[in-house]
Amino acid sequence: MDFLLSFVKSLPGAFGQGLAWGLMAIGVYLTYKILDLADLTVDGSLATGGAVCALLITMGYNPWLALAAAILAGMAAGFITGFLHTVCGIPAILSGILTQLALYSLNLRIMALEDVLKMGEAAAKTKATLALNVDRNPLLVSSRFIRELSARNPLLLLTIIVAVVIGLMYWFFGTELGCSIRATGANAGMARAQGINTNKNKVLGLVVSNGLVALSGALLAQYSGSATIDMGRGAIVIGLAAVIIGEVLLDKLFRNFALKLLASVIGAIIYYVVITLVLRLGLESTDLKLLTALVVAIFLTVPYWKERYFTKTKKEVKTDA
Amino acid sequence: MLELKNVYKTFNPGTVNEKRALNGVNLTLNEGDFVTVIGSNGAGKSTVLNAIAGVWPIDSGSILIDGQDVTGLPEYKRAKFLGRVFQDPMTGTAATMQIQENMALAKRRGARRTLRVGITKKEQAEFKELLRGLDLGLEDRMTAKVGLLSGGQRQALTLLMATLQKPKLLLLDEHTAALDPKTAEKVLNTTDTIIRENGLTAFMVTHNMKDAIAHGNRLIMMNEGRIILDVGGEEKKRLTMRDLLDKFAELSGSSIQSDKVLLA
Repeated sequence: MDFLLSFVKSLPGAFGQGLAWGLMAIGVYLTYKILDLADLTVDGSLATGGAVCALLITMGYNPWLALAAAILAGMAAGFITGFLHTVCGIPAILSGILTQLALYSLNLRIMALEDVLKMGEAAAKTKATLALNVDRNPLLVSSRFIRELSARNPLLLLTIIVAVVIGLMYWFFGTELGCSIRATGANAGMARAQGINTNKNKVLGLVVSNGLVALSGALLAQYSGSATIDMGRGAIVIGLAAVIIGEVLLDKLFRNFALKLLASVIGAIIYYVVITLVLRLGLESTDLKLLTALVVAIFLTVPYWKERYFTKTKKEVKTDA
Repeated sequence: MLELKNVYKTFNPGTVNEKRALNGVNLTLNEGDFVTVIGSNGAGKSTVLNAIAGVWPIDSGSILIDGQDVTGLPEYKRAKFLGRVFQDPMTGTAATMQIQENMALAKRRGARRTLRVGITKKEQAEFKELLRGLDLGLEDRMTAKVGLLSGGQRQALTLLMATLQKPKLLLLDEHTAALDPKTAEKVLNTTDTIIRENGLTAFMVTHNMKDAIAHGNRLIMMNEGRIILDVGGEEKKRLTMRDLLDKFAELSGSSIQSDKVLLA
């Protein structure tokens, strides 16, 4: 009973985390599902989003402005990956890894920027954590109010932001440009034959995706009260987990594009509910990476095996007939 | 309309797999020409077509479409001038997108893709009418994913898409080769109709000698990366299978009887 109670009590937190990571999952959906690219930039751009946002907030800038700056920083990261992939001809997966690695150094610098500006030579040039405090900083979302029944409960704003993002993406991928991006991922040869600059579209897709990932990082930094250098470690796997859980559970139900994006967010929420549960069961939080990897591996295996098994039986039926 | 001047292309130069695919191709198509292209495997038929489409850059020579030098243009920029249908029905359409979305993409070939809506209500009505003309029942399945269509349906749709924006030149790359004979004939008839109704200039690569004789106003035969025969007008109309086989033996110095594919 105690166990159940403490689990239920921690559910709002799981929802909060899930919503914030849901934005990241939408970003992963765009590259993985629509562009058919595995983009590993996200591990870095998530932390960049958090770092830029935390930096600007501690420097006294408006938190909305900080969010906007974080998005722009993420978009820039996506652009670099796209540039490496399309102009330099580096495979997409490696391009993402290169950007991610470079961002690690950059993020350490970003978080120390305020000190460097203030104290000059005396300050440390790099910083692995940048703390935010809801008492001192004007944060948009904070986990402290997660169980409060008021307007400052982060679930409210997170839900609104997720809804706005899904609406925007739904609109964008319905435009001429958005359709051409979808065609690029669906059949690049066909897209080129229809006069679509597939390289430009890949870059654009990576830019939009990483903008969303950085937004997610910015919100997570505020929500949890700090930006850290390793907040994005394994982010791609969490994002994939969310996308795949959402797809496996809701694909039959959700046909519309907006609903498919929503499925990824729901996938992220389910992921965090499950994580919360296993933490209550006594796993250490450091065990989560192992668990996440397992979950993704299983969810990717099941559809593959199902299909193999399914096609086999179909063939057998054919030969019988 | 189309001019190829001394076009050369070698694949995998300097390796054991080196293949001289185009060996100085010269060709001029006039407006309204419907050329059929035959030749044995590896003769360079599809290679010429891909050179025109800009799938890869050529080694030397130049390509002009409607007087404009496109030799240096990437594939997606040349698309403005070209309608294309491929051998593999999977190639010409986006399987995970709707029929009407595919058509809307094709309608904007050569235009800038803006933030306006990807498919308008007016277009939907227009596409429905055009699909009705294909007589495949696709007009009632506008929002179905193209991946659900049969090979023949996909080729017919690709053909329609290639002409939504009237191309300077229609490139057909053995577009009926992957279809069963009955479907192939149907798609070929649709091809004829579309070319005639729109007054298109077309370049059709085929493996089927009968088709090459029966369609178009001009016939080209290729061998070892060169054009070895080019007949048009009355001569083309009188052309028979026998003539072609003899011509091939005479011009290429080998007997075509050994080439099963050409007789297919």
